[in-house]
Amino acid sequence: MATTNPQTAKIPVWRDERILKWIAQIAFTVTIIFFAELIFSNMAEGLSQQGTKLGFSFLQGAAGFDIAETLIEFSRSSTYWQAFLVGLYNTLLVSIVGIIFSTILGVILGVARLSTNLLVRWLSAAYLELMRNLSLLVFLIFWYLGVFLKLPRVKEAIIWPGEIYLSNRGIVFPWGLPTETASTYRTILLVAVLAAAGVGFVLHQRGKRTGKSPLTLLWSFGVFALIALAGWFFLPTAPYMLEFPYVDGLRIAGGKTFTPEFMALASGLTLYTAAFIGEVVRAGIQAVSRGQVEAARAIGLNGFQTLRLVIFPQALQVIVPPLTSQYLNLTKNSSLAIAVGYADLFYVSNTILNQSGRAVEMITLVMLTYLTFSLLTSLFMNWYNQRILLVER
Amino acid sequence: MTHATVLLRPKTRLTPAQWIRRNLFNSWGNAILTILSVWLTFVLARGIIVWVFTTAEWLVIRTNLRLILLGQYPIAEVWRIWLSAAMLSFLIGSTVGVWGWEKTRPVTRRIWVALASLPLVFVFTQTDSTNRLWLAALSILAVAGWFLGRPATRPLRRIVAIGWFIWPAIFILLLRGLTPEEGWLPLVGTNLWGGLLLTFLLTVVGIVFSFPLGVLLALGRRSELQLVRWFSIGYIELIRGVPLITILFMAQLMLPLFLPTGLTIDRVLRAMVGITLFSAAYLAENVRGGLQAIPRGQFEAAHAMGLNGIQTMGLIVLPQALRLVIPILVGQFIALYKDTALVSIVGLLDIVGIGKTVLAQPEFLGLQREVLAFISLLYWVVSYAMSYVSQRLEIAVGVGER
Repeated sequence: MATTNPQTAKIPVWRDERILKWIAQIAFTVTIIFFAELIFSNMAEGLSQQGTKLGFSFLQGAAGFDIAETLIEFSRSSTYWQAFLVGLYNTLLVSIVGIIFSTILGVILGVARLSTNLLVRWLSAAYLELMRNLSLLVFLIFWYLGVFLKLPRVKEAIIWPGEIYLSNRGIVFPWGLPTETASTYRTILLVAVLAAAGVGFVLHQRGKRTGKSPLTLLWSFGVFALIALAGWFFLPTAPYMLEFPYVDGLRIAGGKTFTPEFMALASGLTLYTAAFIGEVVRAGIQAVSRGQVEAARAIGLNGFQTLRLVIFPQALQVIVPPLTSQYLNLTKNSSLAIAVGYADLFYVSNTILNQSGRAVEMITLVMLTYLTFSLLTSLFMNWYNQRILLVER
Repeated sequence: MTHATVLLRPKTRLTPAQWIRRNLFNSWGNAILTILSVWLTFVLARGIIVWVFTTAEWLVIRTNLRLILLGQYPIAEVWRIWLSAAMLSFLIGSTVGVWGWEKTRPVTRRIWVALASLPLVFVFTQTDSTNRLWLAALSILAVAGWFLGRPATRPLRRIVAIGWFIWPAIFILLLRGLTPEEGWLPLVGTNLWGGLLLTFLLTVVGIVFSFPLGVLLALGRRSELQLVRWFSIGYIELIRGVPLITILFMAQLMLPLFLPTGLTIDRVLRAMVGITLFSAAYLAENVRGGLQAIPRGQFEAAHAMGLNGIQTMGLIVLPQALRLVIPILVGQFIALYKDTALVSIVGLLDIVGIGKTVLAQPEFLGLQREVLAFISLLYWVVSYAMSYVSQRLEIAVGVGER
């Protein structure tokens, strides 16, 4: 609030706000620097007593431990850095899976919370109240030790319809096994996606021009399905063979196995975050004024159309900012993997820390990585938020 | 869900059959949903009831109840915890009395009465006569506090508010003790603090210390001094961008390195520092929301009255801003309570940590469900009660109204 009043020249130095502010800033900075210096020198002294120096060159050393679940090549002789990357990819995997499923479940819960059907509304409300007041860590441990590890042994595995095997060694799904034409087929799928996107874009533009709804999604999905199906049958052999799991002695062979650790963490995070997303969605829908719903009904839209064409586009503006923070929470909460033994970023880093004794470096590295996730997600969601803002008349 | 009805609905009485048809079976889709919901409720309820009453072995909880609630706190010193609880009970009672008992609805009053008589219910579960006396004292003190607070005068309100500020300090002092071994109030090492007690303690300390820090950071973020602002923004965004567990690890592993050699702080204190630093950043953002909602005219009016910057903030802006964000702050404190469970990962014996040690005892192997369900229940009941009471309180004191 610097004023340009000429009278300020007469104010004595010790009462001049501008000068006082500068002094305050300098004093603040000096204090911060002093404490930072103190902390740093203490740390340097402590580390030199331990005979170590700060630096990240240790990451090139051999890891010497195994990781149960990896998305990339990893063995005992790989480096610490590769182990760190394994953890990073696992965190990304579990976060993305969690975000996708918790969004779906959350939207269902949020809509159900406002359903006209009393029972559905109550069930949804009960679920939200139950989950939102639990401690995530306790829930995850319960979910892992009390549910996934309490599943029967492989020999007595529960078989769900669709040949899904549930046992205490994990959940096994039937999975497509690539044959020799798989790589060609992947190219065909890419072409199909591009074609679908092209069709969608053209129809969207036309819809904007003419004001008629051209069923964009239906057409582009149709194009995609047509090319994908045609490709499947024109290839000499089918690109993927569906492989069903079967019990083979003490293990389940075939199919795709998801470990109890991964399943417990992914589903636990999903169930927990979905409750919060449900609340966000409910608040968003309630923020749309009732007149909009009535107007939609008056022009003859049915319940689902009202939801999709009138309520959601408007609710989305209210929903997106808090939804972003729920996504970020989920990503950060995935660090609780350490409680269920899933090899995520934090778990692996903790192992590295214990093996190498490099606490300062590893904690810094982990924090920076999570910070990067947060910043990237925020940037993306801000961009998306800008996009969906309604154009005001 | 509030319907803006313009025309008043004609009053009709529906028979149960009509009501069911109109609400649950008014269309095909709804009928299917209703049947699915009934089926789901039935399956879930049956599963849970069967498990709770027949399959589950609750002996593990009964045997270890003291451990789960109080950790290894010495039996001879348990009276200190009782005393703190009694003071808290008195405080809650007088708060209810002082703040708008007249305005509370009958339902809410009944809830308060139920809460006050809750300790009396537990009297019958106890065999130890001292425990019974203490429990009865909790109820009596709550009622006494309410009775004394009934006049609801302004100075009384102030005294109660001060009581809330002093109580945490007394609680911690009592727990920790003052004198060495033989004295009147011998020290109890933090390694003996555990169970629900430690969870509560971490929450209380987290709230008490992160509150001023958070307010300072929020003010710093809105400061005109650029360097202060940058520092606050940097701190808040850094902490909010990383998971709590990394901060707890930092507090456990790096904090000792930051201190001069020879100076050590114990593990519980380190966890408290971590939780406080973490919570402060979130609190700052919430308080900032409140500050932003205060119209500019308030600042200008304060300046016009000749208040300086600190006075404007302390007397005019902050009181209004904080009142606006009470619901959000309570929500954050509930989250903090639930988050304290993470200290079990760094090896402290809070409820979850104690639960793990109970499960490690050979005679209780395989009882994960029972122990963890009980711990979940402890978290659930407290969080739910806190959020419920805060909602009632908001209505009672008229948060958000001017």
